[in-house]
This record gives sequence, structure tokens and C-alpha cells, in this order.
Amino acid sequence: MNQNMRNMEYAVRGKVVITADSITSSLKTNPSAYPFSKIIYTNIGNPHSVGQKPLTWPRQVMALVDLPDDVGVDNPNVSKLFPQDAVERAKELKSYMGGCGTGAYSHSQGIRGIREEVAEFIEKRDGGIKCNPDDLFLTNGASTGIGHILTACISGPSDGVMIPIPQYPIYSASLALLGGKQVGYYLDENKEWSASIEELERSLKEAKKNGVNVRAFVLINPGNPTGQVLSSSAISSVIKFCSKHSLILLADEVYQENVYDPNKTFISCKKAATEAGMLGKFEMVSFHSTSKGIFGECGRRGGYMELTGFDPDVQAQIYKLASSGLCSGIPGQVMTSLMVKGPKPGDVSYDSHENEKKTIFDSLKRRAVMVSEGLNSIEGFECNAAEGSMYLFPKVDMPEKAIQEAKKQGTNVDTLYSLSLLEATGICVVPAAGFGQEPGRAGFRTTFLPQEEEMKQAVELFKSHHEQFLEKYK
Amino acid sequence: MTARLGLGLARGVSGVGNRAAAYTLRPFSAEPKVLFGQYLANARNTEMLFDSIGDGKEVLTKEEVQAFLEDVKPFIRPEALDEIEAKAAGECLNREYFKKWLVLATRFDSQRNSKMAKYYGMLGEQSGAVHKEPKSWNESTMAQNLRRMQYAVRGQVVMKAETLMAEGKEIIFTNIGNPHSVGQKPITFYRQVLALCDLPPQYGVDHPEASKMFPADVIARAREMQDAIGGSGTGAYTGSQGVLKFRQDIASFIEARDGQPCLPGNIFMTNGASSGIQAILTGLIADMNDAVMIPIPQYPIYSALIALLGGRQVGYELDESKGWSVSTETLKAQLDKAEAEGLRVKALAMINPGNPTGQVLSEEDVFTICKFCCANGIVLLSDEVYQRNVYAPGKQFHSAKKVAMERESELRNLQLVSFHSTSKGLIGECGRRGGYMELYNIDTFVQTQIYKLASAGLCSGVNGQIMTSLMVKGPEEGGESFDLFIKEESEIMESMKRKAKMLVKGLNEIDGIDCEDAEGAMYAFPRIQIPQKAIDAARKKKQSPDTLYAISLLEDTGLCVVPASGFGQADGRIGFRTTFLPPDDVMEGAVEDFKRHHEKFCEQYA
Repeated sequence: MNQNMRNMEYAVRGKVVITADSITSSLKTNPSAYPFSKIIYTNIGNPHSVGQKPLTWPRQVMALVDLPDDVGVDNPNVSKLFPQDAVERAKELKSYMGGCGTGAYSHSQGIRGIREEVAEFIEKRDGGIKCNPDDLFLTNGASTGIGHILTACISGPSDGVMIPIPQYPIYSASLALLGGKQVGYYLDENKEWSASIEELERSLKEAKKNGVNVRAFVLINPGNPTGQVLSSSAISSVIKFCSKHSLILLADEVYQENVYDPNKTFISCKKAATEAGMLGKFEMVSFHSTSKGIFGECGRRGGYMELTGFDPDVQAQIYKLASSGLCSGIPGQVMTSLMVKGPKPGDVSYDSHENEKKTIFDSLKRRAVMVSEGLNSIEGFECNAAEGSMYLFPKVDMPEKAIQEAKKQGTNVDTLYSLSLLEATGICVVPAAGFGQEPGRAGFRTTFLPQEEEMKQAVELFKSHHEQFLEKYK
Repeated sequence: MTARLGLGLARGVSGVGNRAAAYTLRPFSAEPKVLFGQYLANARNTEMLFDSIGDGKEVLTKEEVQAFLEDVKPFIRPEALDEIEAKAAGECLNREYFKKWLVLATRFDSQRNSKMAKYYGMLGEQSGAVHKEPKSWNESTMAQNLRRMQYAVRGQVVMKAETLMAEGKEIIFTNIGNPHSVGQKPITFYRQVLALCDLPPQYGVDHPEASKMFPADVIARAREMQDAIGGSGTGAYTGSQGVLKFRQDIASFIEARDGQPCLPGNIFMTNGASSGIQAILTGLIADMNDAVMIPIPQYPIYSALIALLGGRQVGYELDESKGWSVSTETLKAQLDKAEAEGLRVKALAMINPGNPTGQVLSEEDVFTICKFCCANGIVLLSDEVYQRNVYAPGKQFHSAKKVAMERESELRNLQLVSFHSTSKGLIGECGRRGGYMELYNIDTFVQTQIYKLASAGLCSGVNGQIMTSLMVKGPEEGGESFDLFIKEESEIMESMKRKAKMLVKGLNEIDGIDCEDAEGAMYAFPRIQIPQKAIDAARKKKQSPDTLYAISLLEDTGLCVVPASGFGQADGRIGFRTTFLPPDDVMEGAVEDFKRHHEKFCEQYA
């Protein structure tokens, strides 16, 4: 078989999760097999699976868009079930589809009317910087966009991409699959997971020395798994670095709405590039998704990418790649449209929609603080505040004996610890090693997505398990 | 091995000069042939190949070009060879020009997409250096596998059609099996269940007035599905293989269809069939010597993905004179030839019912192919997305899985992956991106690796999963929706049957057009005879004759078809593929237009 595929690793759904799934099924037959009644999944940013409710209005519009007119928008009883603004928005979306409805393939870059709405959203977000709908590609979540771009830039085993350490494993996995090299640059945990230019230059220089032709640079902002929100000047220096070394900047901005620290705001790479006078002068791709933010519509597989500064020939090749998959799923396209354009002030659903969004956001914010503080209160834990995204990435001091035991078992201490946590408490986290980290560091990634009561219990469980673990490996 | 960008960059063109330090001069040596072989195989080492030409000078002499061509001549398309020899005869050649020519001249396929064609045209006019400021990521530095990938269904003719449409011309899209885009109505029951599944319960199934808008069996099914998905609803990632209950529905469907057992654990739900095919080919193709046998003509997703993954395609021709069938002799001959070239044939793609050819394989035909794969340790990829689209009386769809299990003693160790999709059949829900693949007798380790690959994409879209479950399990008899459902399905089926027959008959009545029966699928694939002058004109325009024909048809009638060369065909054959999906009256008009245009075209080039 393809050895690149064999070498690919994907920790978010790795060994710990597989064990968690098998515990779930053994709990079904024997509810007292473990000291807990169910698994708390904090391994993946999948908000609806752990109790977050979908926003009502987008779902109503979506349902209407899928229904044939006579049993949907034109049904005489439609107003009994659906608010007027949902009906109108559904009609608007249907008009973009020109009679084809949601069952036909669309243009390979996505429905034009929806791309225009996305362009408007981006312009508004960035303070008026122009966005061309022709440079937008609607994608199945951010993952397919990332896959397309990496496919187009990896030619052979000597091509490499700079990725942060720690990083979200879609990058390392895609690179392994495509047979390219990952070139890591370390984020500095002591400086709120920022990356210094010296570190970037060091990493690039070392890669070149090893004969790696570095093609692209991945920036995740807000960070995953690290949660930091970058300042304008931090982004600018990355932009200058990329431009100086002719690197394609992949700006993973899927957590742009998830900023909790009141002193921080999300600044897009596009805006920072414009301010630095660099927009269009180097290649940049920005990714967004319906899976995160406040929507959390992971199952929908919606998202988009925006290309700037591209050679038109390469852009045409990316179009070809998109057309070989025909188009991204229409439900995902519809959800993307609803994410970037909600009800207007004054519409029937405006207040309730905004309220639902605010409730989710405020609760996420409370949980971010609560879990981070809770983890920090455990002796031997160190955890940065989650300024953004959906994750905490604590560092855990591991007893020497545990490290030895892990070695003996042929695994790393992160995995040993995570499995022990899972079996003792039912909490399913991802070992930090799956994201990469500095040698000698150990820890895990947890979301703070389960509902507040559950998350409070989880903090207690983290604590009691840690004590047990220390006792065991004393 | 360091990539180099060529002489221009060695001089420090802005933005990419930092890579120039790695540039070293390379004598024009015996290397080209070896490098050219690798380039043909998987487009790797392209820059090394370029660097090996002409000693790094900006200008190549006539002798240098000829010495290079001597080595690689057999791989180059004849018309491209004529052109470069004519150019090199008189003068020295610009190196950049030569590089571009080389890439274009060695394409696997005779059809070019419009971008390439534009480029080619541009090169014809200017032989000087390329003036625009180079980006670091450009046509020669990008992944060459992607660059060389061909995808005809959305190629040059379609792009032209989109331009014409933007100018206000009415276009009839018969280029793609996209039924809802040409007037086929969605099936009401499916859409109603889908809509209710997406609505939060208090606004949907539990809403006090729900029954005013939704039939009772729709509400019941949506409830059942919401339970199956669990409390997280349609907005969460599901398990990487898809929701278990839906996979159980699929397994029951397969069992009922084949009369053979099926395990939900062997089913992977996918975004349409395409993502399943891609996952499997990704798992199969390890390097440039790995090959996949594909039918000629074939649906271009196979050739495109194989090129993208850096493998090799080995075509086996279907015999048009025998209703597009294939013999063991043909398969064996192609396999032997491939092996003699040092290729490892890993898999064989079978499309049944055929796309673009429309044939429905008999049980014996399916067995023959299974047997061949079995005997030679080849994984069979059975593309069965048109299994419901069988129109010819007396013909019946036989799944590879059924044949494999019924005749297990003769087909021991057959490794099989079957694909199905919500995009075709009578459901035609292309935009939904739903589908599944079933693995049969695949090595356990490989299966876990495929699971891993599926995990990296997290899961297939939940709406596609719902639609797949609905496709394999419609409303129950006696329910409120049942009659309407049957009526809608049979109207679609009857209409397709009628149109298939009418189109093929109409095409066969045109002098110079011959068309096999469309026994199944959604396409007719006629061959046409056109005057020699038209063939010459196409050659002059650097187009395949069927592209010239298709564009003429498009401009004249608004009918957008796909040139047959995009699917591959026997040498010298010319033709196109058209769907018969637009409504009856439109198809009737189309047949008239095919006729009128053909006569006009023949006259124009008489």
C-alpha cells in the first residue's frame, strides 16, 4: 500500500479515542465496568456532540431551502412553523440556485450569490478592504481547502511546509500523505505561545541546510491547540518573513469568532497584510469554516478559502482540482451563507438569533476561564489562559517513573497519562505529543466544550486523577 | 535533490533569488532519457530534467534540441514534434520556450483544458522570454501531478459554455450527470425528512403544528433518524465511517439486493462516490510504478486521480462493436504489456452500468472481470453508481459483490471495493454529496489505514449521510407518502427510459453518426464521421477533432456536450458524450439540433 498513507498520523482520532469508543460500547453491556457512566469527549472541537444547541434560525432557513417550494416556502401553512424572515432568506438563497435547488452540483468554486455574500462579510470584517468573489472557493470545511492548497504546492519529498509546534495535526497528516516534509517552528509557551522571527529564521535555515525546499508557512490564529490570539504586529512580522522568503502563507483563521480575552481582537492576515502594504505581493490563502465559531456546525462541512496574490495559472489549476471533486456540498454552502449573513436588525428573528449567539459565546468564555483556572490550581499543571479558540493545552509535570513506564510500553508519557485519565474518569483528551511540543514537555489538549456543569466536574476529575497518577508512579 | 528554477532565476529575479544559490550547472548528458522517464511517470524531477537540457544556457542550439529529442522522441505527440522541429530547424531556441513546449507536448491526453490551450496559443505567438514577473509558486514549480491532471467533464467546452451563458446565450447543459440542474424535481419525501432532521426538535418534529406541513411518516422517519444520530444532531461530526444506523440501513439494502450478507463495519459513508474512489486510490498508489487498469472509454475521475497521485494508468479498451464489452484476452494483453514495462498493476476499475458508454454488464461479464482480478492479485474497484439506471428490457444490474459471494469458490481471495452514490439513480441528489463504499475481503491492516484516512477528513457530510439512508430505505408501504413517492420515482424512471431510447434512435438516424444503445446510466456516446478538412483544421488549431466539433455544436445550437477524447477512445474514433437528462421536449429539440448542426458542419468542411 501507499507508505505515505501508512506514515500519516492523526492524533485527534488516535489511540485514546479508539479506546474511548470501545469503553462506550462495553459500558452499554456492562454499565458498572468503569467508575463512570459515560465518556466525556473533550478530544475534538465538535460542539454539538457535547450539548451545544444549534442556532435556530440558520436551521430553519436550511430546512426551507431543502424543501421543494410546494411543500416548503409556498406551503400555505409555512408561517405556522417558520418565521417570515426565514422564509424570505430561503427564497433569496433559492434564487441564487436558479431553479436547480440544493440537489444539483454548483459551480466548482461554489454558488456565486453565496460567494458574493462571503465577500461582503470579509470586506466588512476587514474595514472595507476589497474582496473578489472570484478569489473565493467554498469548501467542505476548512480541511478540503487545506488539502487542495497543499496538493498544489508539494511536488516531491524535498518540498516542505513550515508548521507551528504545537500544531493542529491536519497539517502534519496532509504533508505526510502528500510525501512532503514538515518543517516545525516552535511557539514559545513562556511568551504566550508566540513565535519569534529568530525562531522562524532558524527553522528555515536548518531546513534549507537539509536540502528542503520550503514552499509554504502555516499560521493558526487564534491558535489550535494553543489558544493564543495574535497581535497585528506579530502577524505583520510573519507576513514579512513569508514575503522575504517567497513562502505561501496559509492563514488558518477558523477560530476568528472565538476570542474571549477582552483585551484581544482578531485581526485577519489580509488586514495585517494590507496595513503592511503587502497584500497581493505574496501568495496568501485564508481559511474559514462553519464548524467552529458560534455556529459549531461541524457535520455540515461548510467553509471557504480566499486566495490573494496568486499567479493566475496556479489559481486555474486549483480550480481544476476543485472541479475534479465537482463542488463542495450544498448544505455546507448554505450554512456558510447563513454564517456570514444572519437576520437583519428589525427582522422577526433578529433578537432571538443574537441572543442565542450571545448565550453560547458567554458560556464559552466562562468555561475558558473556569477550566484554565481550575487546571492551573492543580499542582504540577501549568496552563495558559485561552485567549481564543476552543482548547486548553496544559503542561503537566510527569513523575520519572511514569516516563520510564511509558518507554517500556513503547509509547510516550502523554499517551500513558491520557489513557490513565480516560480509564479512571471517562474524560477523553488528546495527548500533547499528537500536536508536537518541545522535547521534554508533556501534557494534553482538552476542549472546554461540554456544558458548564459537566466541565466543572471535569476539572475536579482532572485533579483527583492527577493525584492518583502521582501516587501510582511515586 | 534541490529544485531549481532555471537560468532566469540564477540571475536573481526578484522574490525568488534566494533559491539561486542552490543552482548548479549540469552538462547536457545521457540523463534526459532517465529523467524524462520519471517525468512521464509521475512528473517528479521536472526541474532536474529542465536543468539537464542545454547546459543551463538561455538559448539552445539546433543541435542541442535535436540531441535531446533523439532520446525522448517516442514519448512526444507527433504534431508537437513537427512543430518543434520546424522551429528548431532555422534558429536557436529560447530555453524557457522549449521547457513550456516540452510540458505541453508530453501530455498524456490529447485534450487540453482551456487554460492550457490559451497558454499554448500564446506561446505560438511569442517566442521571446516570458515577461511577467514570476511568482515563486507558478506553473513550473507547482505540483506537476496536479498540473498534468485532466478533467474533461468541466474542461474547455464547459468553460466556453459558461462564457456564452454569461453573454446571454441559452445553453443546454448535457455535459454532466447533474439531473436537478436540468429540470428533474427532487423526490418530496426525501427532502421533507431531510428538512425535519435539520430543524431543532421544538421547531420541527415536536412543533405542535408540524403535521400541518409534514406527513406523519415523514415526521416518524425524521424522529427515527434524529434518534440514530443522537442528541448531537446534524451539526456534529459523526463517527468517521458514518452513523452506525445509516450503515445498517445500507447493509440491509445490499443484503436485499444481493441475497448475500453484508456487514455495516465494512461500509464507509463518503462525500459522493468521488471521495471514496480517491481514498482507495490514495491507499493503493505507492509510487510511479504503480498502475491502475481503467476502461477506455472511462469516466475521467479515474485518470485524473491517478495522475494526481503520481501513478500510471493502463487502459483496457471496451469493444464498441460488441456493445462495449471486454474480453479476458484484452485484459491479459494489457496487463502483460504493463508488466513488461515494469509497472505493478494494483487495481482495476470497472464501471457498471458504464459511463460514458451506458452498457449493462451481464452476470458472466462481471464474473470474467472478477476472475481476471482474482487470478492476478488485482484489487477490483467496482463503480456501481448507476445501478438503478437500467433501461434496456431484459437487462439487469449484477453487483460485483453478489457475483463474488455467489461464486466464492471460483473467486477466492478477490479483493473488492464497491461504490455507490446519491448523485445518480432516480434520486439525483448531486449537491448533497452522499454515497458509500463497501470493502469486501480487504486486508485488515489496510482497512484500518483507510479508516485513518477517513478520520483525517473527520466524517462525510451529515446531510449526505441522511440522503444515503433515505435512498436505500424509502417510505414504507401504507404510509402517507408512499403513493406520491412511487409516482415521483416511476415518472423519473419512465422519462429516462423514453429519453434514452429517443435520443439514441434520433442520433442513429443522422447520416454519419452511430450510437450504441444506452442500456443504462445517463449517457449516449455516439461516434461521428467528419470530413478530413475538419480534422486538418482541428490539428491546425491544436485541438482534438472532437473538441472542434463540440465547440462548433455549442456555438451553433447551445448544446454543451463533452468531446469523447476526454474519456479516451480507440485511435481515430471521434465522438462526444451527451446526457439525456433535460426534459422530454428539450431532448426532442436537441435531437433536431444535433442533426441540423451535423449537416451544417459537414458542409462547412466539405
